Amino acid sequence: MNLFADAFAWLFSPERLEGQYALPTLLGQHLFYTVISVLIAAVIAVPIGWAIGHTGRGREVAVAISGAARAIPSFGLMVLLVLVMGVLRVPEAATITFVLLAIPSLLAGAYTGLEAIDRRVIDAARATGMTQWQVFWKVEVPLGMPLLIGGLRSATLQVIATVTIAAYVNLGGLGWPIIQGIPLQRFDQVLGGAILVAVLALVVDLLLALAQRMAVPTGIRVAKPGTPSRRAGRRAAAQTAASAASA
Amino acid sequence: MFTARRSRLALATGVALAASLALAGCSSSNPLDTPTDDSSGGDSDTIVIGSQAYYSNEIIAEIYAQALEGAGYDVDKQFNIGQRDAYMPDLESGAIDLFPEYTGNLLEYFDDSADATSPEDVYAALQEALPEGLTALDYAEASDQDTYTVTKEFAAANDLTTIADLANVSEEVTIGGAPEFEQRPYGPAGAKEVYGVDLAFSATGDTTLESLLAGEIQVADIYSADPAFETEDIVALEDPKSLILASNVVPIASSDIADEIADVINAVSAELSAEDLVAMGVESTVDQKSSEDIAKKWLTDKGLI
Repeated sequence: MNLFADAFAWLFSPERLEGQYALPTLLGQHLFYTVISVLIAAVIAVPIGWAIGHTGRGREVAVAISGAARAIPSFGLMVLLVLVMGVLRVPEAATITFVLLAIPSLLAGAYTGLEAIDRRVIDAARATGMTQWQVFWKVEVPLGMPLLIGGLRSATLQVIATVTIAAYVNLGGLGWPIIQGIPLQRFDQVLGGAILVAVLALVVDLLLALAQRMAVPTGIRVAKPGTPSRRAGRRAAAQTAASAASA
Repeated sequence: MFTARRSRLALATGVALAASLALAGCSSSNPLDTPTDDSSGGDSDTIVIGSQAYYSNEIIAEIYAQALEGAGYDVDKQFNIGQRDAYMPDLESGAIDLFPEYTGNLLEYFDDSADATSPEDVYAALQEALPEGLTALDYAEASDQDTYTVTKEFAAANDLTTIADLANVSEEVTIGGAPEFEQRPYGPAGAKEVYGVDLAFSATGDTTLESLLAGEIQVADIYSADPAFETEDIVALEDPKSLILASNVVPIASSDIADEIADVINAVSAELSAEDLVAMGVESTVDQKSSEDIAKKWLTDKGLI
């Protein structure tokens, strides 16, 4: 427990706000690499996942690639890329590593989101005369949102945890106190850094969990049988009926 | 009833048993295992020599091992263990008898507050800081210490010989090194205090040499035993005020065998010069020779075996 007290003392010391490695700077760098990597991974993985989920083809390939990609040792890959791409391209090398790490979860989130939709809903949508694109954008994407955001949440968390290694190649981030503290044997610093990463991960997880809740289309949320919001469902149904009647 | 599920279960169990037997049969030796006939160092003649997971350190350990073998001792080589946190407990407990270390860095490990920097001062402070049961034998001229290194081109262009001359450079000077270098007393803060030089810091770590050669940083903390001093056009700036912690190669031995092996090992240390260590590093990294061959060649050249 003494070590925790030391770690908190280190965290809240005024020196943490000064200099090249001030905590706000490190936090900014950490979030920067996380956001950029997850964004790029999303641009790559989500359209592919949607295509796989919508057409139903290529699923085995996606599953295999996702599974294999999860096994990549990020640290080894990052160092390899830095050596191959040269010291002048370190940010690119690190970003590629984080993007590769984030792709499997986003891909999985995208295609399972679409796969989980009841086929009868899709049939019903087609039966009402919607084109393929309309079915996709108006039915499949909204219904697949919660699982997609779940994939986003999983990817973001993994990337936040892994961006700590960016400090090893001089990119800063919240891994810096850990990577500097170990050879200096300043374990209050190491623990302080670890606590910061953990807190950041928990906060982001909470925010994304909320986003996941809110991403459930209203119709689904209220129509689910047996949920505590069944009353809300009846209320919503009554409201829509009333508004339709008065329209 | 022999159902499909049961036979699959039986097959799985059989495979698991066979696999565990096979794995048990091919266990490799754990470098951190204490030798069975040794618990606190008072064992038979076998001398256990360890090394760091660092080729230069392994070469020195190999030299010690062959020198002792040449003198008639039995030697058990436990090389490539890892960093100090990994091998220090075994060294202190006597599970390892002899280890090539570096005076300054080891002093830092045991006593962070020591302010000795010259080779003699550091050695004296180290002898005091070592725990009971460990003895430092004579230190060698060879060192593996931090340096403030620049490219020869940069030195010529800015007329640099000592660290103090960096103050004359007009542009901003960045020094690169391991992450912990930023906080070391001989790091940029120390340079400011002792030489009045303003240096920005970049945590280049393992890519320090490449960054220096690419021009990303102007000064680099390259360890003095690095073969790059022979293979690249770089030069270490002089340190007349002894800012940098001297870190000479020093054999650390268990106190109970220290006197016994002192003659052999001290003879080795007397011959181990700084150029020799760099040259051996080149043989290892550029010529890709094994540490065994390098050690044998050096010992033979020096007439020690």
